[in-house]
Amino acid sequence: MKLDTSGFETSMPTIGFGCSNDMLDGFSTVPSFDLPRTTDFDGFQKEAVQMVKPAKGTTTLAFIFKEGVMVAADSRASMGGYISSQSVKKIIEINPYMLGTMAGGAADCQFWHRNLGIKCRLHELANKRRISVSGASKLLANMLYSYRGMGLSVGTMIAGWDETGPGLYYVDNEGGRLKGDRFSVGSGSPYAYGVLDSGYKFDMSVEEASELARRSIYHATFRDGASGGVASVYHVGPNGWTKLSGDDVGELHYHYYPVPPAIAEQVMEEAAAE
Amino acid sequence: MECVFGLVGEGFAIVAADTSAVHSILLHKNNEDKIMLLDSHKLVAASGEPGDRVQFTEYVQKNVSLYKFRNGIPLTTAAAANFTRGELATALRKNPYSVNILMAGYDNESGASLYYIDYIATLHKVDKGAFGYGSYFSLSTMDRHYRPDMSVEEAIELVDKCILEIRSRLVVAPPNFVIKIVDKDGARDYAWRQSVQDVTTAAV
Repeated sequence: MKLDTSGFETSMPTIGFGCSNDMLDGFSTVPSFDLPRTTDFDGFQKEAVQMVKPAKGTTTLAFIFKEGVMVAADSRASMGGYISSQSVKKIIEINPYMLGTMAGGAADCQFWHRNLGIKCRLHELANKRRISVSGASKLLANMLYSYRGMGLSVGTMIAGWDETGPGLYYVDNEGGRLKGDRFSVGSGSPYAYGVLDSGYKFDMSVEEASELARRSIYHATFRDGASGGVASVYHVGPNGWTKLSGDDVGELHYHYYPVPPAIAEQVMEEAAAE
Repeated sequence: MECVFGLVGEGFAIVAADTSAVHSILLHKNNEDKIMLLDSHKLVAASGEPGDRVQFTEYVQKNVSLYKFRNGIPLTTAAAANFTRGELATALRKNPYSVNILMAGYDNESGASLYYIDYIATLHKVDKGAFGYGSYFSLSTMDRHYRPDMSVEEAIELVDKCILEIRSRLVVAPPNFVIKIVDKDGARDYAWRQSVQDVTTAAV
């Protein structure tokens, strides 16, 4: 690949015409620098960044612990570089004991979660018992699989409590479905994993777990431009889900890292009126 | 990247697969079992796109069960492999599945066998086979040390040699592997080779 140096070409100095050539002599050599002998100087870094680029600009996470499932998400919606909303509900209530998280296309996630809620209710009516988390996530995964290649963008986690205890599944628009104990989805997810993995213990209380979830979302919103707004934390227990907190991440920043009040070295006084 | 490999020994077949579920640079899960029990005496180790992998192998599994219920006798490994290849071939020029499969099975008449089925519906009966980036390291290792009359212990030693080679030479080597075996007593888990344990598995 030939190095494209067109960006470095300098245009002819426009002072030439009509003026004497004396002025040009001082400007004959334009300052320049040697370029490294590589084929694609900028390209390799661009490719690496593009690969991780926020296709799903959000941060959501969920994990199973001793007391159930903790689910947390940010609330920012972005369209490229424009923040379209800071108050999006990314934790969707499928039914009183199951939650879904939203990452990817907002419309896709909302519609398909609502659709899943309908299917779950139909299952209850037809079978006289609640659907399991495994069953619900399989229904969603099969629906999304049948639309694969058609441009749906959904990266969701289904969290709930059924007869077998707490359940957590990750389902995405490619039709993938993973059962696990800990997931984070979205552009901010690597940052959230960093805090979540290092602070996680199975034997946590609800307060410790909610603090871990809140902290992970905060740290992800700090580093990821596509995540922000409000960090919402939900808990799914044996009797269903409850919303624990919703804190603005800007306020959380000063709560975790307060700025000590600076003492002024010199105080400016009002100039005496003449 | 996903590493799947397998070999046939004296009266048994072994398949090994990595157990990581990856999404661009993120490892979502490191204990995902990619080797499915097709029926009591068949194993299917699959690698490929996440949705396709699960959906296609479950589809094959249900159809193999259906045959057994309808006809009272199970399919042979060769028949199951040919069925799988036929399904991939039919879908290939319409709605292709991106799955690579190693199918291992034991039949009373013909013993243990291994079939190599790739995503464009190639089918070969082989003694040893591999898919993924790991194949660059495991195929030559297996070619060097394989003998048709290997015992289970010798075969497991060879599998461990391949896993070690993948771990030390592949730049994005998966940390954990699962090994399954099929012989006259059926298809079952043999061992897990884990270099990174998930913190929750220790507690639960």
